[in-house]
Amino acid sequence: MAELIRIKRGLDIKLKGKAGQIFGKLEPATLFSVRPDDFQGVKPKVVVKEGDAVKAGTVLFYDKENPEMKFVSPVSGTVLAVNRGDRRKVLDLRIQSDGANASEPFEKCDPSKLSAEKVKEIMLSSGFWPFIKQRPYDIVADPKQEPKAIFISGFDTAPLAPEYDYILEGKLEEFQLGVNALAKLTKGKVHIGINIENASKVYKGTKGVQIHEFEGPHPTGNVGVQIHHIDPVNKGEVVWCVNPQDVVTIGTAFKKGLYDFSKIIILAGSCVKKPAYYRTTYFAQLSNLFESNVLNPENARFISGNVLTGRQIAPDGFLGAYDSQVTVIPEGNQSEFLGWIMPRLKKFSVNHSYFSWLLGSSKEYDLDTNINGGQRAFIMSGEYDKVFPMDILPEFLVKAILAKDIDRMEQLGIYEVAPEDFALCEFVCTSKIETQRVVREGLDFLRKEMA
Amino acid sequence: MKALRNFLDKVKPNFEEGGKLAMFRSVFDGFETFLFVPNATAKQGTHIHDCIDSKRVMSMVVIALIPALLFGIYNVGYQHYLVTGQDLSDVCGIVSFGLAAVLPKIFVSYMVGLGIEFVVAQYKKEEIQEGFLVSGMLIPMIVPVDCPLWMLAVATAFSVILAKEVFGGTGMNIFNVALIARAFLFFSYPTAMSGDEVWIATDPILGLGGDASVIDGMTGATALGQVAVAESAVATITDAMGNPLTTMDMFIGLIPGSIGETSKLAILIGAVILLVSGIASWKTMISVFVGGALTAYLFNTIGASPVMNLPWYEHLLLGGFCFGAVFMATDPVTSARTECGKYVFGFLVGVIAIVIRVMNPGFPEGMMLAILLMNLFAPLIDFFVVQANINRRLKRANKVK
Repeated sequence: MAELIRIKRGLDIKLKGKAGQIFGKLEPATLFSVRPDDFQGVKPKVVVKEGDAVKAGTVLFYDKENPEMKFVSPVSGTVLAVNRGDRRKVLDLRIQSDGANASEPFEKCDPSKLSAEKVKEIMLSSGFWPFIKQRPYDIVADPKQEPKAIFISGFDTAPLAPEYDYILEGKLEEFQLGVNALAKLTKGKVHIGINIENASKVYKGTKGVQIHEFEGPHPTGNVGVQIHHIDPVNKGEVVWCVNPQDVVTIGTAFKKGLYDFSKIIILAGSCVKKPAYYRTTYFAQLSNLFESNVLNPENARFISGNVLTGRQIAPDGFLGAYDSQVTVIPEGNQSEFLGWIMPRLKKFSVNHSYFSWLLGSSKEYDLDTNINGGQRAFIMSGEYDKVFPMDILPEFLVKAILAKDIDRMEQLGIYEVAPEDFALCEFVCTSKIETQRVVREGLDFLRKEMA
Repeated sequence: MKALRNFLDKVKPNFEEGGKLAMFRSVFDGFETFLFVPNATAKQGTHIHDCIDSKRVMSMVVIALIPALLFGIYNVGYQHYLVTGQDLSDVCGIVSFGLAAVLPKIFVSYMVGLGIEFVVAQYKKEEIQEGFLVSGMLIPMIVPVDCPLWMLAVATAFSVILAKEVFGGTGMNIFNVALIARAFLFFSYPTAMSGDEVWIATDPILGLGGDASVIDGMTGATALGQVAVAESAVATITDAMGNPLTTMDMFIGLIPGSIGETSKLAILIGAVILLVSGIASWKTMISVFVGGALTAYLFNTIGASPVMNLPWYEHLLLGGFCFGAVFMATDPVTSARTECGKYVFGFLVGVIAIVIRVMNPGFPEGMMLAILLMNLFAPLIDFFVVQANINRRLKRANKVK
């Protein structure tokens, strides 16, 4: 067993509306939406038309840059619409489920017995490839490149995040098969970061992986932080990362010989009446999840993902491609009288000019979406460092990105980061700078320039 | 509150683009955001935000300055009553004299500075920025009581425009705005900023302070001023009436000096507020004191002049050392921004402040110049810290190859 890696810097934001280990009942969704925008770095070329009949695993579109990389339908049914925006950009593909759960054929086998090329070909053509993301650039992994290692973060430390131990219960075989497939894709190791506080039965039972124990507050669960402490990305190197639940989905296909895109998600947040785990499907419409389960729905923020990195969705919106969490919190669209000088006991701050630090670390807060101030230039220093557990100077990196200074970005470690690593910086920022947006734009800019 | 909110919502259209009062948009906006935290919600990125904002930060600093300001007001009156031989138990009279002397300075500083800020915000179509709340409070506190209001106005305008707005406003400035105002006064009007005549208000102000004239034998020099001109090897420091000062007197601060700097007790309260709230960096603050103490101690051991012989702890207690260390060296914008850099920055501020005091007979006080000088070097300090980080990354990459 590898040595324990202790992360000191970071922040656990305790929010109300945490889900216990229970499953809620949920009618299966009938409408699905695959959004190409969820897959960073992909230029979609749609191959289906409105009205086409599809099965789970039928190719919907592929990447123009890598035509062998397919994106498939999560269920069987008909293509309801291919929605396009300005300049015919594909916004999403809507699929109406027929409830039959018919699947395209998939070869049942143990990937560890296949050749590396074969596994790669299966992964690309089966639509599982997009589950693999890469650093640098935080995009869907480029199949033309060779990763030096593959990383799986075995836990999530974000506010109200699901416990993967619970989600993966009894899925050891599937997980192992998924890992076997991934292991074929790299000459390096497959690393799994686990939380010292969790049992991590599935991970510990998996063979052919390197386990690393972590301890510490959010963002310890971010795979970027784990990569940084295990085997950091230098210029010219590529690593890949996959979510544990997606590994199971890959493994399930190899085990059962069919496409099964069912998924377990957590629904949490202070606006949720019954926070719980739910069984649903990738890309599923979430309206039946929210129905009669949300307090004050007219004034609630629906988020696919967690409150730090998630994407706002409509009350009848869809689950994002990589999300295992759906959060509903109140909108903060009221102005607050003299709020900046008030004690604000119900609000949370890491700054000691408020009293959150005296109220104990176990107090849970009901935070809304108000920005709590206006955007300014950088004023306070050292705020980001306290919640950024990498040997990177976040403020200087953000400034280099704003200045579009490529040399400086490289020197300051942009290849190691993803926007999600800056989520806490954005949360604590006195000047309310949108650091995640800045980093995303920086990564896109850099990728364009380096191409 | 509801009524006020409704009223603001009703008049708001007048101030927007094309409205009748659009020329006052920045003013309205400034007041509106002060009365009500805006209802803006996160559109992208994190959906929740910490409830800290720059208004909170700036107002905490102003709150931390209040003890020193109140003491300064009292001390101005006290010194006047002392040198005019009036009843020192007349607290009411002392305070009202102090208020008459200090409040107009605060008023002028804020009017001039905020006026410029409003105009610039209007011109740049930006929100009003809060940085001047602190600068505007600091400027009156670091000048002698006899500094004329028109000079203060000119200096404030100079520093806000040339030290801040031309660089891009709050957060973009290289030098501490309040100290630039003081430096401007110091070099443009030296007679109003130094010497023996300016530290105690000897004339009545607005009819307050009685009509008694100054007692013979009064000396208005600051303690550091006395040390600088002392003829014996070890200077005897006295108050305005010639009574020797104890270390405790220096700590309490009923001595001549700039309005806000004299009471170390009041500054200590402010320091506690800033450190507990985490607004000021303890790294910078402690390092200033360490740097100053070590340097002064070193000079103590040499002991070649009265100012070298001034005990190191009195060096720290006298003049603007504490005020500068607590409120001005810790300005996050103009100080070093890296965590290691803060130690270096603070330490060198302390060192240079004492070196200027000791080695330069022209300047009895060195804190202002030390901080301004280090403001200039702060980016250089950061450069080295950032470079060290870059080198670590390069080394790591090379090791792999």
